[in-house]
Amino acid sequence: MSFITKPKVAHPQLPRNELNLTVRDYEGAMSTLCAGCGHDSITGAIMQAAFELAIPPYRMAKLSGIGCSSKTPAYFASASHGFNTVHGRMPSVATGANAANPDLYYIGVSGDGDTLSIGLGQFLHAVRRNLNMLYLIENNGVYGLTKGQFSASADVGSRAKKGETNQQPPIDPALTLLATGATFIARSFSGDREQLVPLIKAGLTHRGFAVIDVISPCVTFNDHEGSTKSYEFTRKHAMTAIYADFVPPAREIRAQYAAGEAMPVQMHDGSQIVLRKADGAYDPTDRVAAFEYIQTHQKAGEIVTGLLYIDETKPDMHELANTPPGPLASLPFAKVCPGNKTLASIQSRLR
Amino acid sequence: MQPTDTRNPDYFHKVVDCQWACPAHTDVPGYIRLIAQGQYTEAFLLNRQSNVFPGILGRVCDRPCEPACRRGRVEDKPVAICRLKRVAADLADDYTDRLPKAPAQKNGKRVACVGAGPASLTVANDLLPLGYEVVIFEGLQVPGGLMRSNIPSFRLPAEVLDREIDDIVGMGAELKTGHRIQSMKLLLAEGFDAIFVGTGAPKGKELKLPGRYDDAARVHIGIDWLEAVAFEHIKAIGEKVLIIGVGNTAMDCCRTSLRLGAKSVKVMARKPRQFFKASVWELDDAEEEQVEIVINRSPKAFVTEGGKLRGMLFDVMEYDVDASGRITAERILGEEMLPADDIIVAVGQENAFPWVERDLGIEFDKWDVPKIGEKTFESTRPGVFFGGDSAFGPKNIIWAVEHGHQAAISIHKHCQGEAVADRLPDGMNLQTSKMGMHEWAYSNNYNSAERRLMPHVGLKERFQKLNIEVELGFTAEQFAEEVERCLNCDVQTVFTDKLCIECDACIDICPVDCLTMTPSGTEEELRGRLTAPAPNISQDLFVSGPLPQTGRVMVKDEDLCVHCGLCAERCPTAAWDMQKFTLLHPHASDEARQPR
Ligand SMILES: Cc1cc2nc3c(=O)[nH]c(=O)nc-3n(C[C@H](O)[C@H](O)[C@H](O)COP(=O)(O)OP(=O)(O)OC[C@H]3O[C@@H](n4cnc5c(N)ncnc54)[C@H](O)[C@@H]3O)c2cc1C
Ligand SMILES: Cc1ncc(C[n+]2csc(CCOP(=O)(O)OP(=O)(O)O)c2C)c(N)n1
Ligand code: SF4
Ligand code: SF4
Ligand code: SF4
Ligand SMILES: [Mg+2]
Repeated sequence: MSFITKPKVAHPQLPRNELNLTVRDYEGAMSTLCAGCGHDSITGAIMQAAFELAIPPYRMAKLSGIGCSSKTPAYFASASHGFNTVHGRMPSVATGANAANPDLYYIGVSGDGDTLSIGLGQFLHAVRRNLNMLYLIENNGVYGLTKGQFSASADVGSRAKKGETNQQPPIDPALTLLATGATFIARSFSGDREQLVPLIKAGLTHRGFAVIDVISPCVTFNDHEGSTKSYEFTRKHAMTAIYADFVPPAREIRAQYAAGEAMPVQMHDGSQIVLRKADGAYDPTDRVAAFEYIQTHQKAGEIVTGLLYIDETKPDMHELANTPPGPLASLPFAKVCPGNKTLASIQSRLR
Repeated sequence: MQPTDTRNPDYFHKVVDCQWACPAHTDVPGYIRLIAQGQYTEAFLLNRQSNVFPGILGRVCDRPCEPACRRGRVEDKPVAICRLKRVAADLADDYTDRLPKAPAQKNGKRVACVGAGPASLTVANDLLPLGYEVVIFEGLQVPGGLMRSNIPSFRLPAEVLDREIDDIVGMGAELKTGHRIQSMKLLLAEGFDAIFVGTGAPKGKELKLPGRYDDAARVHIGIDWLEAVAFEHIKAIGEKVLIIGVGNTAMDCCRTSLRLGAKSVKVMARKPRQFFKASVWELDDAEEEQVEIVINRSPKAFVTEGGKLRGMLFDVMEYDVDASGRITAERILGEEMLPADDIIVAVGQENAFPWVERDLGIEFDKWDVPKIGEKTFESTRPGVFFGGDSAFGPKNIIWAVEHGHQAAISIHKHCQGEAVADRLPDGMNLQTSKMGMHEWAYSNNYNSAERRLMPHVGLKERFQKLNIEVELGFTAEQFAEEVERCLNCDVQTVFTDKLCIECDACIDICPVDCLTMTPSGTEEELRGRLTAPAPNISQDLFVSGPLPQTGRVMVKDEDLCVHCGLCAERCPTAAWDMQKFTLLHPHASDEARQPR
């Protein structure tokens, strides 16, 4: 939180994207979060990714629930659409919006409380529908907005600022998503922008429900010694299993990869993600193996990060429901309202 | 890169671009803030500490600070630093009892200053309060040097000059006007403890071309002619005037001609505009008065008819200029004769020391200029010092002032029997500007106002008399806006690496993207991978020590920082702080305060 807003003055030689926009054109209102909150850094990563993908801001729709994390859509892309739902209910509103207009980039920003505590039910059903959106969990292990109670992602043994220790087992979003059939599962850290930005770009291009569980330290209530979601703890225990390099459509893969190390994945829109294995033993297309890998490392006290699982082949909600292409609003009137005769024939089928 | 050593005062000093560029290192942001607070007298006195003549310099300073000003890089126009100095001088209350005073008890040392220009006056200003007796010898009837004899009164009113000279002479200098020193030998024989030569560069360069002396009364040497006008020996000029040369003297000559009755004035330049020596604002002011500046004309001959000047013959030139702006070839395309009733030659000035005998141990180099210590201003004869235009050729007032300050230190050391070269280094103070959670001791918000334009006396009115000051000074509304354009470059971003938790807050909030956390590397390589391009190598990179959690370094490109303090506001651990930097640039009084 600051008293003056970020001045409009900018570096005169800032890079511009294909839309002739600079990253500053993806800014939003001034953040009111605590200084140093991991969520603000994720906001920065989202702006960078949207800038690099040259997404017109008005083609983005930002959705969130309640929490410090859920406040952040206000802090990027002012010139886009947005909806701030009640606590844990963002997936259903996102579903409705996406049903009406499949052509926007949907970005859901939520917290570990909003997603895994009050919102778990809605969340898992969005996974099942394979709703085409990017869903970010800004995971700090606490309810930041309500002053730091443990959330459903708090680890057993993690100590709160006031001293008490968490006893209940955590819900691990990655493992839960693997179990429920999600098609894009990633984990990252707000303090690792180099890993996070390509993941966001990949998630935005994935056709289907892309979730990134981003460890995002709460500087105010969960960044002390004894916390397992602090900056220092995360930096000590995170290990990257796999890097995801994003290659835009019609662009050649230019980076050099050692033989057998790189694995290109063709995305639906023509772009590619090159998965680069940090650990040769990891296979991000094998659901069962991924589950085991994450769990084994978890036991060893390691937080596995990177693009943990991807499946580009599964149909998304619109394909499953066989809806017409494009926004409903663009359908011709005759199609939306086919007239009395058609109505009569439908009704006769129901008699 | 090695971590930056911010204990060296030069590092933060360089960040204050204006102060670094000012030869006297005036605390510009300091006085601008005082003006913003309505403390005009304090602003004046802060100026005076470094530049001695705020009212004069607030009008006619060469202002090297302005092209250097950071605001000019962030947007296109620098802060009107010079004009704000004038505001301080114009609005200051009576400050007489706050000036330094000479002690009643003298220290028994006598110093002679030759010439009463800004260099000598500064020497007197610095030495009188230390108890020295200072005698100033001036060949003319009035003190001030070229500020009096050459800078026209429509740019610098006599009252302003009088007041600021009186402030110094009033401390008890013995001013002997109409007293030209004819022999250094005789002066040495008078037994002064030290002699300072501040005689300027008094010789106007000649243009030795055919016909020069055929009608010598109508061909003038710029600086001599301006002096003759200033002392009312010349009161008129012909209708058609040609000025040869396009430096600042030429600008004063053309504008003065217009006030003495010239109807058509042309300034003749040998080269295209980008090679002009005159300051941009002097050119603008002349062109506003309908002076025509003609380029690519190389003077060839004075044209006379029956002993009467008719005009001047020029070669019409053409130049090839390469990408770096250098002339690679020149051609003569033809000839042109331009009519003139008077021609003023303004092609430069030179030093001349006919009165300094060459057998006194004062060595001269092959250009016949004295050999002088670069920092000490001492000649090869101990006890004899040179400063101002007489030291290294014609410069400007503010350089003369700084030479005076440095020479005063040397004179003091010489008189006290200390080694003149053994001087106090620059020092600094840093003090946090934090006043509260989101409060700073300066106005940190960026004000997007554009540079204010100086109002001028109307184009008709100003020519009625020679001494009508053209610039009216900023109105209260104007300077209230202009002060807010200053970026407070002296409020420094100070970083403590061991406190940083690498949360990215500062990186994201910086409006001009000057921060990066990255593995260290060589400077050249680092510049290639910062958050935003950092092509301006004249501005430093700050590089921290290794950060505790990842071992990366914090890099700051100083080039475009607007000192908004947002990095410090957003930092959860106060690893960034905004600290007011005060430069301690020693003067003679500081040397005198040193325990011996
Ligand atoms: C036309 C013109 C316009 C200028 N405009 C500007 C401007 O706008 N801004 C700016 O910053 N600078 C300007 N300058 C330059 C500036 O005036 C000089 O750089 C500055 O005055 C030098 O100061 P000084 O003390 O070294 O010597 P000077 O100012 O030259 O003073 C030397 C004094 O010594 C006296 N003297 C010389 N020989 C003897 C002797 N033997 N005995 C006794 N007295 C002697 C001279 O009469 C003179 O009064 C201008 C110069 C000219 C010619
Ligand atoms: C229906 C409902 N129940 C409870 C609350 C109170 N509440 C507000 S935010 C929040 C938790 C948010 O936690 P999280 O999603 O992790 O966000 P964070 O603040 O940690 O980013 C709760 C319980 C609410 N606003 N609405
Ligand atoms: S309380 Fe925690 S989560 Fe909320 S803004 Fe502050 S640091 Fe961020
Ligand atoms: S912005 Fe102010 S402090 Fe900075 S260089 Fe310009 S005048 Fe000096
Ligand atoms: S805001 Fe402070 S703690 Fe965070 S990265 Fe910047 S200096 Fe480090
Ligand atoms: Mg939370």
